[in-house]
Amino acid sequence: MNWLPVKDDNRPVNLDLTKFHFPLPAITSILHRISGVLIFFGTAVLMWLLAESLTSEEGFQRVGEWLQSPIVKLIVWGILSGLLYHLIAGLRHLLMDAGIGETLEGGRRGAMLIIVFSVISILIAGVWVW
Amino acid sequence: MVSRVSGATNLGRNGLHDWVIQRFSAIVLAVYTLGLLGWFSVNPDFSYGAWRGLFDATWMKIATLAAIISLCAHAWIGMWTIATDYLTPLALGKAATFVRLLFQAGCVVLVFTYLVWGVQILWGL
Repeated sequence: MNWLPVKDDNRPVNLDLTKFHFPLPAITSILHRISGVLIFFGTAVLMWLLAESLTSEEGFQRVGEWLQSPIVKLIVWGILSGLLYHLIAGLRHLLMDAGIGETLEGGRRGAMLIIVFSVISILIAGVWVW
Repeated sequence: MVSRVSGATNLGRNGLHDWVIQRFSAIVLAVYTLGLLGWFSVNPDFSYGAWRGLFDATWMKIATLAAIISLCAHAWIGMWTIATDYLTPLALGKAATFVRLLFQAGCVVLVFTYLVWGVQILWGL
């Protein structure tokens, strides 16, 4: 970690993230990380729903009833949104690994496409949950 | 000191190894997620029988277990990346390494919980 300030190094360090200007690719990148953390913890909720729904016919009905509640709908929609965003941004990552869209212009266009595709799919997920 | 400790908590042998595991698990998770979403879209109002039948199929148990194992590896690497990027001495001072190891330990516990819980769900133990 040679970017860490060491003793006797008086060079100023400015990593005050609140004062940075973030271009769109930086925003899609940080959202990829935030959505990753969200779905890592959200998996607990999804696995709980899965476990309950597979226990018995009654458990399955119970999950169906829970999913009628607006709060549960909101939570599930939130997790699905994180999942869809992370999936789309991740697929774009794989494309970039393959050398597609690696230029500065390509990076900006890719970031724009992530936003477009994820907004559309998150809206569809919202319609599906409600 | 810091770099040695953060290097000791990553999943793979080195950064390239982590990179490959991250991509491979991503593909497994993407295929599984799209497959499940596809199933939901062709079975909009599915019954308990259809749902149970899906998860009773051996191929689905294999796919789900593969997805859970991939999730464990993927999340481990992702959480390591975030922890070593943000829970640094620059952000937290002297306590940074301790805080980061605590966070990473919590992540490992959750990863392990998902794995055991997933096996339990799939095989009804």
